[in-house]
Amino acid sequence: MNRRRHRRLEPFRTIVLVVLGILFLVPIGAMVEFSTRGVGINSPRTLSSFTSIFSYPDLTGAIVASLELAAITSAAMLVLLLPTMVWVRLRVPRMVRVIEVLCLAPLTIPAIVLVVGLAPLYQWININLSDSILTLGFAYLILVLPYAYRSLDAGLSGVDVRTLSEAARSLGAGWATVVTRIIVPNMSSAVLNACLLSVAVVLGEFTIANLLNFENLQVAIATIGRANAGVSIAVAVASLLFVFVLLLALSFVPRPGSRRRRVRIGVL
Amino acid sequence: MTALVTQTDAASRSEPRASVEVRLEDLRRQYGSVSALDGLNLTIGAGELVALLGPSGCGKTTALRLVAGLEDADGGRVVIGGRDVTLLPANRRDAGMVFQAYSLFPHMTAHQNVAFGLRMRKVAPRERLRRAGEMLELVGLAAQSDRYAHQLSGGQQQRVALARALAIRPSVLLLDEPLSALDAKVRSQLRDEIRRVQLEVGTTTLFVTHDQEEALAIADRVGVMRAGRLEQLAAPTTVYTQPATAFVAEFVGLTNRLAGVVRGGAVEVRGVRLPLIAAGGADGPAVALVRPEAVSLSAATDASTGPLLGTVIALAFLGASSRVTVDLGDAVVLVQIPTADAVAYPAGTRVQVALRLDPVLITRDAAAVTP
Repeated sequence: MNRRRHRRLEPFRTIVLVVLGILFLVPIGAMVEFSTRGVGINSPRTLSSFTSIFSYPDLTGAIVASLELAAITSAAMLVLLLPTMVWVRLRVPRMVRVIEVLCLAPLTIPAIVLVVGLAPLYQWININLSDSILTLGFAYLILVLPYAYRSLDAGLSGVDVRTLSEAARSLGAGWATVVTRIIVPNMSSAVLNACLLSVAVVLGEFTIANLLNFENLQVAIATIGRANAGVSIAVAVASLLFVFVLLLALSFVPRPGSRRRRVRIGVL
Repeated sequence: MTALVTQTDAASRSEPRASVEVRLEDLRRQYGSVSALDGLNLTIGAGELVALLGPSGCGKTTALRLVAGLEDADGGRVVIGGRDVTLLPANRRDAGMVFQAYSLFPHMTAHQNVAFGLRMRKVAPRERLRRAGEMLELVGLAAQSDRYAHQLSGGQQQRVALARALAIRPSVLLLDEPLSALDAKVRSQLRDEIRRVQLEVGTTTLFVTHDQEEALAIADRVGVMRAGRLEQLAAPTTVYTQPATAFVAEFVGLTNRLAGVVRGGAVEVRGVRLPLIAAGGADGPAVALVRPEAVSLSAATDASTGPLLGTVIALAFLGASSRVTVDLGDAVVLVQIPTADAVAYPAGTRVQVALRLDPVLITRDAAAVTP
């Protein structure tokens, strides 16, 4: 019966896949097409837009800044979120819902609203702490919370956190060791997922950086787009490809959890 | 065979450290308005295995977790080897623990699991390797040392967990229903194995279980708990033959409740005078608690009469022995006799019941009198 239902779903799935595929691929294809156009109407295809990316010092600076931000945000997210989630699960389980709502809240707040709140803060930060673009990491940390939370939450529920951490603690492990040596290795794919989502969010962020007058990758793309559309599209394609490669790499990371889920009970 | 070899080897190699006494003093633990532990006092002698037995929710697991440091006491002290550890976190308590749920670290091999505690104690790699190997040998799993948890059976996983808990040479070994996830045969095998290993290393042990058979079979002393307190703490035979309270009598083993009258230091039940376990108590109506194996049967003749004449209403085969349920008209009695004898009394048979003159416990809560 299951198989029959499966078969009935097959055409539906194909249609969804094709429609969504078109929706995703056509714009990307168009971008590739546009960014490889020559100058004249009949001039041959050229990669000059891609090669000239590096002749814009502002652009390379923005790319480096965005990559740095992605790394900082992912690291900060892990350091902040993972121990908190483990702690809440073990010690104050009634707070799980509160943490969840808190972490998902940024999804419901439009970036423009966030900026209104963040602007005075950043004014203060820029004057008293630093005016480096890397301070955007604070704002991005909030932005990536919903995605990271979802991913880590799924990972944590696949691990018997309580028993494993109690076992490790009774063997002499402190809390830091419990998280880094026992919990993280057993949910490595979820951790990687959370990092990747964070990277993707940070690399694609435009509104906050633009309104707070920072030049990150997307802002730079937009600025260059006004002067040279070909290069700006080339950078957009390149950043899409970068995230795509990251995703692909992730899918090849072995997932220890999936092998171990089955527990055999029985014969000695 | 292998067990014998391991025994002699380990005795010469594992150089156990001196066993220490573990004391729980007036331990209290409150969950909201529910009192899980209500002033528990328990002293476990050096090298002794004490089993805490009780229905779920009686506080036995809470007691164990307080000793492990996995929960904080609301009052009282835990003293391990003369040292007050009440305020120490779990990772500094030196207590090895085996859990009910499978608790091996899934990303480590059996060997790495056993060596984990030693790594936390910064034991040199070579010594770590040696001791972890030794421990796996002790539980008979030396050949499986490179397996991951998912490649081991439930019984094997619990044995590795035992080796892991013992590898750190803990002052106290805590076993939290380690057998309840296993099937019956493995359970009794592993139970005996735990006892063998415990005697070999001589670690003071607290074993928590809801299974009376397990507790009686393995422990030096059994503590029966109820509502956060110890009802009785005594050797298994004492708990069984001389239960301190009606609760103990009924929780450990099966018990018949038979109405009777206390008169002159004995209780008269259905025309039979049975001596009392605890002397004293005022004369008057009471309920005698009689073990099924203290009751015997004989075939009733046509001339038989009296309050101990009844009809068999059920016969349950338990292996070597069988349990016969006899209806006495105004009461139902469980009788446990060898299966060879029980086959003579199929359901419907008229039988004469006899009570052995063992000392019995009485209770006066009338509500529970068998109708």
